[in-house]
Amino acid sequence: MSGWLALLAALDSAVRLATPLIFACLAGLWSERAGIVDIGLEGKMLAAAFAAAAIVAIVPNPWLGLLAGIGASMAFALVHGFATITWNGNQIVSGMALNFLAAGLTAVLGNAWFGQGGRTPQLAGAARFGEVTLPLAEAAEAVPFAGGFYAEVISGHSLLVYSAFLLVPLTAFLMFRTRWGLRLRASGENPAAVETAGLSVARLRYSAVLVAGILCGFGGAYLSIAQSAGFVPDMTAGKGYIALAALVFAKWRPWPALGACLLFGFLDAMALRLQGASLPGIGAIPVQAIQALPYILTVILLAGFIGRAVPPKASGTPYVKDRS
Amino acid sequence: MRGIDKRFGAAAANRAVDFTVARGSIHGLVGENGAGKSTLMSILYGFHAADSGTIAVNGRDAVIGSPADAIRLGIGMVHQHFMLVEAFTVVENVMLGMATGFLTAKAERGVRARLAELAEAYGLAIDPDARIADLSVGELQRVEIVKALVKGAEILILDEPTAVLTPQEADRLFVLLRRLAGEGRSIILVTHKLKEIMAVTDHVSVMRRGEMVATLATGATSPRELAELMVGRSVLLDPDRNARPPGATVLTVEGLSLVDARGHLRLDDASFEVRAGEIVGVAGVSGNGQSELLDILAGLRQPTGGRILLDGVPIRPGDDPVALRERGLRHVPEDRLRRGLVAAFDAADSAVLGCTPEPAFGPGPFLDRAAEIADCEARMASFDIRPRAPTLGTALFSGGNQQKLVLAREMERAPRLLLVGQPTRGVDVGAIAFIHARLVALRDAGAAVLLVSSELDEILALSDRILVMCGGRIVGERRAGETDETELGLMMAGLHGRAA
Repeated sequence: MSGWLALLAALDSAVRLATPLIFACLAGLWSERAGIVDIGLEGKMLAAAFAAAAIVAIVPNPWLGLLAGIGASMAFALVHGFATITWNGNQIVSGMALNFLAAGLTAVLGNAWFGQGGRTPQLAGAARFGEVTLPLAEAAEAVPFAGGFYAEVISGHSLLVYSAFLLVPLTAFLMFRTRWGLRLRASGENPAAVETAGLSVARLRYSAVLVAGILCGFGGAYLSIAQSAGFVPDMTAGKGYIALAALVFAKWRPWPALGACLLFGFLDAMALRLQGASLPGIGAIPVQAIQALPYILTVILLAGFIGRAVPPKASGTPYVKDRS
Repeated sequence: MRGIDKRFGAAAANRAVDFTVARGSIHGLVGENGAGKSTLMSILYGFHAADSGTIAVNGRDAVIGSPADAIRLGIGMVHQHFMLVEAFTVVENVMLGMATGFLTAKAERGVRARLAELAEAYGLAIDPDARIADLSVGELQRVEIVKALVKGAEILILDEPTAVLTPQEADRLFVLLRRLAGEGRSIILVTHKLKEIMAVTDHVSVMRRGEMVATLATGATSPRELAELMVGRSVLLDPDRNARPPGATVLTVEGLSLVDARGHLRLDDASFEVRAGEIVGVAGVSGNGQSELLDILAGLRQPTGGRILLDGVPIRPGDDPVALRERGLRHVPEDRLRRGLVAAFDAADSAVLGCTPEPAFGPGPFLDRAAEIADCEARMASFDIRPRAPTLGTALFSGGNQQKLVLAREMERAPRLLLVGQPTRGVDVGAIAFIHARLVALRDAGAAVLLVSSELDEILALSDRILVMCGGRIVGERRAGETDETELGLMMAGLHGRAA
């Protein structure tokens, strides 16, 4: 029974750790399906995390913090769009530049405004998104297995966690059942066909990039005002890149993306738990080795276990009209 | 269209062009590459805006600022390079860009119904759920035509529609176009094949260097007149042929096969030989193994089976390409810009690619720039390459002159065996005649030539023997003069067994 409880606890923290990955991964999905590679997920989340925590430190309202996070992330997204869609810039370079900008800007501004070495002040409970206990959770705990799963793993998260999970079917629906989604996917596959069908590739790609901005805003705000109680420099810690790996792993499809993010979240949770554990014959496992596990697994999975991952055909290439 | 002007940077693509198409007619538009046909059509379709000039549709002035405007005015276009999303199904491609509701489900039902109607009315049957990536080029073209018709096209522009079709498929297309014109639609047929113009159009307009030089009733003109209007001087359309008996066997290919990385059989047990003093033409619709054959013979790809002999000595995988060149193997690749030249180099550098081990270009690893330029000047003189500027960037030459540069480099080194792919693709009529004459001269000088071309006319005009490929196999061999376009077309489509 204690093994079961330990598993439930690990799954519970897997859900928490997967949430920012889900936001970022879906953001990447929107952007890349429309043909804009977004390596700046990391930077957008970091900017959003900082903006959210900074606003909430002044006005203790998590909803305002979320809006600020989304605003900051969308501003970054617009810069990316301007560089890559309007001026046909290199999408990788623009994304990396935004990552560096976010890392530097948040630390400098944080230090200037709050004087705590780049951190924002610790947030009180009311300033954060609290945990929501779902109906019947306590009663369900009595039911073996399913009840415990419901109470421990499903119930007791912040609203942002539930919205991340709801965004998966919403993304799938918008992307594959609507005219907008069809056009977005077409501009990621063959923008020239979109243009000749009488549509504006630029407008479609901007809309996708902005959706990515909104989603990264959610992800960043979750990090600083739901999962933690304040902003810490570099608090995204590579989650934007892991989300990109999950996107490739999921072959740019929403439901597999959810699965990939949950898997990576679970690995992260296991890493936390296995710290200090010792294996027979080896002895104590170095903390670093455990922490590296998700990354190592990502490399192995990407290298050989998912088959050919074919990205949207035109992603990464600016659309330039032919001169003929 | 009246007084259309369009400049790209310093180059005038269209100058004061007037172009009128009558309702219910098929109007041909011909001209050499770069004459401005495509620019004119992309202005009509709203892809580019004209610098000046006006367009009227059905007698009313129209402003066409984007393809959306063009579609609204009933203008549809079938591009030479199909504008389809490969990962999508036929229905999804047709739906793309239609002003339907937010959800796709309802639009999809409507499109399916229209597809069924068109299939019935015109025999344009396509599986609506087939993925574009799985369709043949003929089917892709049908999808493009259907796309335009579903959107209500009354004026249909087709840009080089037969470039990828067998003669029989092309004939079927022409029957369809006749029918559409008969129902009151106007068809604009952009092509460089004069025979098609003569066969199917009512009127024909000729463009040269951005200007409209003539508009004629097709019945009142001839291919020779059109060719001369296109080039601006008289041209020799057919090279002289003197069939001398060929000499010793130069190239022997035995049971050559290729299975690609995905497990598809791209080349299936190909065996043939090419002898000194003959041109062997390889005909086929593009994508039936000709490119792979050429790649293997040139040493660019490893076959998975079979062997190749050059002058009786086997060519083995991993043979040094320099040594092969010294044995007289020369290759003019199908895609000159991707493989034959380096666009970013100047002409002199492009003209010595692969030839730098020759002692004339300097000792050891050093390159003698003066010798290189002198060599390039000589090539330019003998192949009439313009402008005569060895230090001009390769990309700044016209397609025909780039092609001549590659041909000069490879042909003037006295090859035993010349492999040549699509020697006149994207080359103007004047340069085609020149290139054909040089290939024949090389043959007469005793070289063996293997010619791969998707232009059946070119194959028929030059070859002494013709091999036909279909689905990776050599499906037949004919002597020139003992076959015609119809028979070859059936063989290319893999139908010869049934037809004969």
